[in-house]
Amino acid sequence: MTDVSIDRYVADHKTFSGNGAAGAPEWLRQRRDAAIDRFVELGFPNSRHESWRFTNIKPLVAQQFAPTEGAAAVELTSAELDPLVLGAPASSRLVFVNGRYRADLSKLDGLPAGVFAGSLAEAIEGGAAGIEEHLAQHTRATQNPFTALSTAFMADGAFLYVPEGLALTTPVTVVHVTTSAADKRVSHPRNLFVIGSGGAAAIVEEYLSVGQPSAWTNAVTEAVVCENGMLDSYRIQHESDRSYHTATTQSYQQRDSNYSSTAVVFGGALSRHDINAVLDGPGAECTLYGLTQVRGRQHVDHHTAIEHAKPHCNSWEFFNGIYDGQARGVFTGRIIVQPGAQRTDSKQTSNSLLLSEGARADSQPQLEIYADDVKCTHGATLGPIDQKSLFYLRSRGLTIEEARNLLTYGFGAEILGKIKLEQVRERLDAVIKARLREGSTWRLAEA
Amino acid sequence: MLEIKNLHAGVEGAEILRGIDLVVNEGEVHAIMGPNGSGKSTLAQVRAGHPGFEVTEGTVTYDGQNLLDMEPEDRAHAGIFMAFQYPVEVRGITNAYFMRSAINAIRKSRGEEELDPIDFMELLEEKLQSIGWDDSLMNRPVNDGFSGGEKKRNEILQLAVLEPRLAILDETDSGLDIDALKTVAAAVNKLRRPNNATIVVTHYQRLLQYITPDVVHVLADGRIVKSGDKSLALELEAKGYDSFKTTVAA
Repeated sequence: MTDVSIDRYVADHKTFSGNGAAGAPEWLRQRRDAAIDRFVELGFPNSRHESWRFTNIKPLVAQQFAPTEGAAAVELTSAELDPLVLGAPASSRLVFVNGRYRADLSKLDGLPAGVFAGSLAEAIEGGAAGIEEHLAQHTRATQNPFTALSTAFMADGAFLYVPEGLALTTPVTVVHVTTSAADKRVSHPRNLFVIGSGGAAAIVEEYLSVGQPSAWTNAVTEAVVCENGMLDSYRIQHESDRSYHTATTQSYQQRDSNYSSTAVVFGGALSRHDINAVLDGPGAECTLYGLTQVRGRQHVDHHTAIEHAKPHCNSWEFFNGIYDGQARGVFTGRIIVQPGAQRTDSKQTSNSLLLSEGARADSQPQLEIYADDVKCTHGATLGPIDQKSLFYLRSRGLTIEEARNLLTYGFGAEILGKIKLEQVRERLDAVIKARLREGSTWRLAEA
Repeated sequence: MLEIKNLHAGVEGAEILRGIDLVVNEGEVHAIMGPNGSGKSTLAQVRAGHPGFEVTEGTVTYDGQNLLDMEPEDRAHAGIFMAFQYPVEVRGITNAYFMRSAINAIRKSRGEEELDPIDFMELLEEKLQSIGWDDSLMNRPVNDGFSGGEKKRNEILQLAVLEPRLAILDETDSGLDIDALKTVAAAVNKLRRPNNATIVVTHYQRLLQYITPDVVHVLADGRIVKSGDKSLALELEAKGYDSFKTTVAA
């Protein structure tokens, strides 16, 4: 390979393998090494790659981020962190700062016996059940260079294991924090959630910044939901507007399981999130919701792929985006129905609201159907605020500004209405309203 | 209360209204009838201030003010309400939230105190009863997934909540079954006051069996070709619109 942009990461990986990761078990070392080899083969994608057509990652590639391992230690107290967290103020919370677990900021009381929630690094060291079986076994690192890179550097993140038949009654919140010490550095948070047969949990996974670092977060989350299990997951990305965020969420579901994911994005200069769901047992159901509210020059790309591997599975996707300023949104909804996956029922909707002339969004469904008895529908709307709706609201007495704000808020509220955790819903509602109030370019354009 | 003089209006250069004259006084109910394409809905939309229509000639005065100079929201603040022929769906906003926003926008414009959610719910309960509804559609997004009849009734509910001085019903009766029609009519009759007025725009005579108009106007080719009392509606039903069209041509 002559691709110099990857050299620094390959060199850093050598150092990582020699130092921090030297004591790792053999299976882990092998998975990391295979991943860096794959990363070298793939290189960074460019706009000629089909799945990167609308997202230019040159600014990220050009930066050459250093590992967070070398970053200065961070002083951060709960009192400083708490007001920034949007996730559930639950009894259990796992906090990671610049990629490292922070026991002092985490709370793990109140979890029933048999449940493991904690640092992945510590769990690997302790030989916790389920890790070797699942870690890096579900992602498509072979296709996505960012996933490969993340896997090559995987070290710490949240690990949640809910044993068979056990239902958690309170949500688990996972918070990944970047601080100014991570400026110009990359962290690779790695999360693994395993819900045993008949088990149930709700997880809030949150990415935020303290200060305004220009850090790169390259996260991977794997979620395994076993037979008849249930996982209700929320992912909130509100890192600094100068940060870069690449991520993959890979879910794997067995028979009669239920997985729901809500991806909310407010932050980041550049954010690309691949959401890959595999329905691998009859009767499995998966729902992906998305809500993006960005402005300025922010770029947000959601690339979803739902694979119906077995018959009688349902999937729903519902993504709303609100774009202001020069912001750009991308939504790809790939549905793969494998041969034999009959009676698949899949529905996909994406709505993009463009609040200014400079904002832009692209939405593309990609259906690959190899079975004949399936129902797959998709729909997309894209454009400025609907004039008919605006007139309707104005005719009821709302000023043009009130009407526009209400219609814009409705785009967000439509997704918020699906959130089952009341406290999370209320906090997100407040953020959306605050961002609407903060003033936007269209109001100036109107005058 | 409302005075329209020689109103010409159209859309994208095509003239639809070709000289409308109409006077509506306080306490009156007017019916405007006409076939498809006669300009009925255009007249309703122009009164509500739809930006898609261009007024090329004539005046519309409401309580001495030049209505054509007023924004749609200013017209609502001044007490004008239009029940839409095709009510719009509003994603993500519940019916209750929408109606509270509307009534508070109007109250605010008049310097009145805004209603808090509890006061508003009391008012809404009372109005719901008046149209024979429970609150099951109140926490659903506005008109989202509503049947045609539910959408029309929802317009009448808004009419009841906002209590306008001048209500314009733009083909509210189209597509309604007999029960819904009676409910709509009963709600409109209940809101009749000596100091307000209603304009019922309709294609059919049947709504006028339940709402008795003081004046009936026949609209054809963008002009009012005949005005009369409620018997005109029956005459229209019996003879059809064609007989009136010929009168114009002659």
